[in-house]
Amino acid sequence: MMLSRTASQLYWMSRYMERAENLARLLDVTHSLSLLPQSRGGADIAAALATTGALDACRARHPQLAAADVLHFMTFDAANPASIISCLKYARENAHAVRGKITGEMWENINASWLEARQMAAEGRPLAGFFDWVKERSHLFRGTTYGTIQRNDAFSFIRLGTFLERADNTARLIDVKSHLVGHELDDSAADFYLWGALLRSLGAFEAYHELYRDSLSARRVAELLILRPDVPRSLRACVDEIAELLPRIQGDTGHRAKRLAATLHAELSYDQIDSILAGGLHAYLAQFLSQIHALGDAVHDAYLEAA
Amino acid sequence: MHALTLPEAHHYDEMLLASGGIRPHYRDFAHWLHSQSPQTLARKRAEADLMFHRVGITFAVYGDDSGAERLIPFDSVPRIIPASDWRTLEAGMRQRVTALNAFLHDIYHEQHIVKAGIIPAEQVFSNSQYQPAMQGLDLPHRIYAHITGVDVIRHNDGNFYVLEDNLRVPSGVSYMLENRKMMMRLFPELFASHAVAPVQHYPTLLLNTLRHASLAENPTVVVLTPGHHNSAYFEHAFLAQQMGVELVEGQDLFVKHNRVYMRTTAGHKQVDVIYRRIDDAFLDPLAFRADSMLGVPGLLSVYRSGGVILANAIGTGVADDKSIYPYVPDMIRFYLSEEPLLQNVPTWMCRRPAELDHVLNNLAELVVKEVHGAGGYGMLIGPAASSAEIEDFRQRILADPANYIAQPTLCLSSCPTFVEAGIAPRHIDLRPFVLSGREISMVAGGLTRVALKQGSLVVNSSQGGGTKDTWILEE
Repeated sequence: MMLSRTASQLYWMSRYMERAENLARLLDVTHSLSLLPQSRGGADIAAALATTGALDACRARHPQLAAADVLHFMTFDAANPASIISCLKYARENAHAVRGKITGEMWENINASWLEARQMAAEGRPLAGFFDWVKERSHLFRGTTYGTIQRNDAFSFIRLGTFLERADNTARLIDVKSHLVGHELDDSAADFYLWGALLRSLGAFEAYHELYRDSLSARRVAELLILRPDVPRSLRACVDEIAELLPRIQGDTGHRAKRLAATLHAELSYDQIDSILAGGLHAYLAQFLSQIHALGDAVHDAYLEAA
Repeated sequence: MHALTLPEAHHYDEMLLASGGIRPHYRDFAHWLHSQSPQTLARKRAEADLMFHRVGITFAVYGDDSGAERLIPFDSVPRIIPASDWRTLEAGMRQRVTALNAFLHDIYHEQHIVKAGIIPAEQVFSNSQYQPAMQGLDLPHRIYAHITGVDVIRHNDGNFYVLEDNLRVPSGVSYMLENRKMMMRLFPELFASHAVAPVQHYPTLLLNTLRHASLAENPTVVVLTPGHHNSAYFEHAFLAQQMGVELVEGQDLFVKHNRVYMRTTAGHKQVDVIYRRIDDAFLDPLAFRADSMLGVPGLLSVYRSGGVILANAIGTGVADDKSIYPYVPDMIRFYLSEEPLLQNVPTWMCRRPAELDHVLNNLAELVVKEVHGAGGYGMLIGPAASSAEIEDFRQRILADPANYIAQPTLCLSSCPTFVEAGIAPRHIDLRPFVLSGREISMVAGGLTRVALKQGSLVVNSSQGGGTKDTWILEE
């Protein structure tokens, strides 16, 4: 049993940390793609922004959508609530409010990340190095959490935040790439970079080669990122974790959240990639996103806001 | 060898005589101090700073952007009190707090003390801290001040005097506990050679006191904080953690069916006792300040019907007001039929014309305070003030005499303290904490505050004061 406010702050602390990492992954890959000859530069990066919902705000500030402006907007711009630096700030603010419920090492870690990021923003560090640094800090925070915190409800809410955020991000990323390809099922060589970029941004490039030992195909990439339970950023892996975490939380509230998670878990466990693709990848992902949002709302209502 | 400054002859120092002699209860410590090199002690002080800084970083961070924190300076020379002195202090404080609780019950019920003509009615009922909402409300065990901090000083006559009673939300106990932890860590050998009375069980005593405040069988206790922007937030979080209870903010609580509940991940949970660290005025926007975002709407109505316990009770401020303070010895005689064991500082009330005259004629020798002032603000220290400051204060007193009291300038005792030029005497006071539950309980000791500026008599942390570990030596 813990205060709803505390649970909410733990949950958002890890959600914002995960969001910072996902943004760094997305921007890192998009950034390197934008350097390719056939790239449309800022427009390609802007397309990636569509996944974060920050595109309109960015266009209002930088109508030209020049690559450097867009990247700055999404990394170091503290006035943009969706930038990496803002995510690190919110993560740290939430951690500060629950200082007594996390370990000293977790707090020192998240506080140092924020202070250092602010320093890097002030110095205008090169972006490639910054993206790697953000990923590293997120790994470090997760590792510190694993290695130091008691296995209680606080731990469960921290993990819930991580996996709800990650599921949401992975689904949006696959969706935007399937749009970039233009036509949903095409294994032409031109698309190699886009699918490869998607795998890299989700840290699943090596896993793909290990599992399929074959060239990149849209079907296999989709199967890997949606249905494989052994790829840590796949939709299935995220939902596996969520479905396991919810029943572990003390008390008998949260029926709706548990039912939604179990339903989603059953679907992902028994769906097959060909039937998913037959219905259209975009339609499938849109449906998944609305389910994961409903699940997030149910978690909010039951545990975090308990009106 | 340390550069040790001796106290002046007319001062009372807890350790040293002006001749350089050492008081008996400090002899072992002085011997130990003599055997330590200044370098070792400097290193230990740096270590202490670093450790408090870490605690500060992890708890008391102020202002999100700067990452700055406020640390109250810690001095590593302990303030040692012999057991015989402590016995007097302890008995005197028990007596005093018992009488103050009886007074609070009385003025919110039959008002015997007013009817007997001992305290003028207007002194009580027109006091802004008097809460009419408390009239006729019966509290379990008739306890109003569950937690009291009594500020005591030793004058140069060697006697203890009570400076004021803090019956609202006294703070500082976390420093008492952290200072002891620090001393044991830095100088374990001193605790092997001195029989220092323990203080670390204070949170257990506090929890027992709070649980006893409720008639419920297995009461749920919470600590209510204004939030992490409050300067005492560290203490709120610390005490909640040490007692193993939830640290809540107003938004975590709500009123339903005449009970108070907290919002938890396992649903709504009833709360029976609220150790509130916010002032009366902010407790309930429906009853007090409507703009309060810190309180719980409807709390007063539940409290009045006995559905929840507040510690301390609402309306205790009337008893620790400086205008009521002069009557505390009379309260002890009236309610307990005993003579006060601890002395009050002689106090002139400017509301009385004869006493006002005396005050105005002796401003240069007196300390003048606002009756509702706190934290060392709004006061005149005559001997230390310029003639312009004295004239300014004279006008202020004349404009509103009832708002001021005056006391002789007490010479607070001093204790050797690390300063830039070695070790020198600095003035100190003492705040022991008195818990009123099934019985009155105290840990032996309290918070010793020290004025770090040479000659200064103001020990408040907001005015550059520091703290020391306080040792009661068991016999």
